[in-house]
Amino acid sequence: MTILDKVTALLGEGAVLEAAPDRVPRVAPGSPDAVALLLGTAHQEGWRVRIEGAGTWLQSDAPADIALTTRRLDRIPAIEPSDLTATAEAGIGLDQLRQQLADRGAWLAIDPPGLAGRTLGSVVSTASAGPLRHGYGPIKDHVLGVTFVTGDGRMVQSGGRVMKNVAGYDLTRVQAGGFGAFGVIVLVHLRLRTLPRADVTYVLEGAREDLTQVGEDIAAAGLTPAALELVSPALARRERWVLAVRLAGSPALVAADEAGLGAASGGGRFTPLRAEEAHAFWMRLAEGFAVRPVTFRIGGVPTASDELLDLLQHQLGDEWISASPAAGAIRWTGDASIDRLQRLRRTLAGHEVPLTLERAPWPVRGAVGHFGAYREGVGPLVAGLRRTFDPGGGLVVATEGT
Amino acid sequence: MREARAERVTYAMDGLPTHRRVPDLVVLPGSREELIAVVRLLAALGVPFVPRGAGTGLSGGALADEGAVLVVLTRLNRILQIDKENRRAVVEPGVVNAKLGAAAKPHGLQYAPDPSSQTACTVGGNVAENAGGPHCLKYGVTANHILALEILLADGSLVELGSPGGEPWGPDLVGLFVGSEGNFGIATKITVRLTPLPRAIRTLLADFTSIRAAGEAVSAIIASGIVPAALEMMDQSCICAVEDSVYAAGYPRDAAAILLVEIDGRNAEGVAAETDAVTELLRKSGARAVRSAATEAERERLWQGRKKAFGAMGRLSRDLVVQDAVVPRSSLPRVLDTISTIAQNYGLVVSNVFHAGDGNLHPNISFDATDPALKQRVEAASAEIMQVCIDAGGTITGEHGVGIDKLRYMPLIFDAESLGAMQAVRRVFDPNERVNPGKVVPVHACREWRAA
Repeated sequence: MTILDKVTALLGEGAVLEAAPDRVPRVAPGSPDAVALLLGTAHQEGWRVRIEGAGTWLQSDAPADIALTTRRLDRIPAIEPSDLTATAEAGIGLDQLRQQLADRGAWLAIDPPGLAGRTLGSVVSTASAGPLRHGYGPIKDHVLGVTFVTGDGRMVQSGGRVMKNVAGYDLTRVQAGGFGAFGVIVLVHLRLRTLPRADVTYVLEGAREDLTQVGEDIAAAGLTPAALELVSPALARRERWVLAVRLAGSPALVAADEAGLGAASGGGRFTPLRAEEAHAFWMRLAEGFAVRPVTFRIGGVPTASDELLDLLQHQLGDEWISASPAAGAIRWTGDASIDRLQRLRRTLAGHEVPLTLERAPWPVRGAVGHFGAYREGVGPLVAGLRRTFDPGGGLVVATEGT
Repeated sequence: MREARAERVTYAMDGLPTHRRVPDLVVLPGSREELIAVVRLLAALGVPFVPRGAGTGLSGGALADEGAVLVVLTRLNRILQIDKENRRAVVEPGVVNAKLGAAAKPHGLQYAPDPSSQTACTVGGNVAENAGGPHCLKYGVTANHILALEILLADGSLVELGSPGGEPWGPDLVGLFVGSEGNFGIATKITVRLTPLPRAIRTLLADFTSIRAAGEAVSAIIASGIVPAALEMMDQSCICAVEDSVYAAGYPRDAAAILLVEIDGRNAEGVAAETDAVTELLRKSGARAVRSAATEAERERLWQGRKKAFGAMGRLSRDLVVQDAVVPRSSLPRVLDTISTIAQNYGLVVSNVFHAGDGNLHPNISFDATDPALKQRVEAASAEIMQVCIDAGGTITGEHGVGIDKLRYMPLIFDAESLGAMQAVRRVFDPNERVNPGKVVPVHACREWRAA
């Protein structure tokens, strides 16, 4: 029996999709239980499994015996607008989820990089936040709990679906940003907000250092933008760097911040974008990070942002960059060699700045790893967690690189 | 070291009077180096130990017995750094929560998590328990404010988790450590996020003639999209306990429930507009009166009543059961009704004081534990209340932790596989389960996982 025969016998023909471009059989379990069944079998059989969502973000190229895609896990079991919570399966596309939430007056305040159809599971497992991290925090702040399946097919629940929860250890934190190395997320409990009744975006073009100053002035003036993002000219498709400010919330708060914005920028040079322009601007920004071969993020303290941008420019070129200076988060995309990425990671580690490789072709990702340059003592803990949640080592994830 | 029984007895309880265990030995290291030396010695001897901060916890989490040494961290109380520009501070675990707040204030900053015990509890304890507090509704709990940690494992090795900017080195081990109730080791150095002090604050006191109406007002505010800084509820029993105490805050004694609502922000006009909207929602939901604190002194008085309510309830009876369940916010009115029915059925006094905006309930049952029959009724009522909260889709603890107090409830919300996973993760940090043994995960309920 081939692997495909065994999978078909296990999950039925409907679970077997067209093979991936690299001919790896692609399997789409239709339920969390089916994921557990598949991974349990894979563990016993010694199959190497790579995890995929909609296939719009991470390259589908990791060497594996089967590709497990979550794309048929696309149900939304619960949306509770009065509690501001929702439960969704990991394979739901963010665009679909967002639409269904909006229909109920609710909002998931995240805007991760990638195409609109990127799956929820992909976003949570890579913890990839976008500009809204400025106002609403990292991805983990939006996740109340997850259900995940370990590499040997055990189904584990962590967290819950209420606002506060300290029952037991928070295994959700290992899954949010674990890149699938500690199991496959199948279900996510989300914290929502009400759909903002006012949502406006202003942009200001200029030299990077001037815009950085304006950003600091905005923070000092006490404005509370949802996003305050510094975008490189190539990524923004503008002549110069762009500072984009998104104000979202109640009309009263947004109006107050709009008034303050003019004052903070020394004479109201910001240009408001029309609703459709604003939508296109943020979409383009997100999609820009899914186009080029390598994307990574780094996180430093806010006052280091300028220096870190200089460093990236010096070592890799600054064509496609987006930064939330006040959150100390910078994302870069482009083409970079293994050697350059490794050197950059080491340099940054010297500044206590972690580099997380978000996407890259397998040869790069396998060598560089999503993570690396651990502080002393962290490596054994990560390895221990790997052994706990994937005892056979069957999940193909470029955790630390080679 | 504290060896004499009279000294050790003072460490026999935490903030919860229902559990009592006298430790065999208490050690109070005076510096990080002494702490490391103590833990390494205990590792060499294979002796279990229990880290403890100020002992204000409410789950029996910092009690030591069965030969475990109590390691008290209150002498490690230095604020090592306040970085105004990057809005963060680095502290030792024994720093008192309110002292960190006071040190941040001159810089226009605050440490947002504000458990009711903040004038005594330590940041290290807050990290261990993932402490909450009234203002966590808007600002988030402890986990949302910890950027990096230096931790001391059971074997005496030091590990640095997280980075000053908050981005993890790999998986989010800081997030995993926070709330692990001391089972993964001791946080020896804690980097916290500070947030700007609000420039405008409005505090409202609304009173209601039924608990249900107050619960409905909470739901209406949450659904409106306005996120108050705090949204707290107290019922009549609790109001009277406070008003009879030295913490009397001027709450109306004849109200079935009061809501304490705080709106804050960086912008006075925005805060004023939101306060008007909330006032309107409170009135529409049936508030008999909505009063706004006119002065800072009045605001502090209103808050003192709330924060000291737990202490004031000591007047009601000699013993107290404190619960900490969280329910979906829309189910608050129904769950509160059911709790009151359960109390009536068992003939018990239940006082409610809680973080309504988060759905985090604190039903407190006052009783006299020397009456065995009464004690039995209290236990039965507690279990029934917990089941009601779980059935509503809730959880057993929102901020107090599991400790030993809620061990028995863990299998009600987690299956054997999930409890086994927790235990396996604990063994990654502490293979011999020597730190704070017997807490959080009920071992008999676990399914065996391959040792990591």
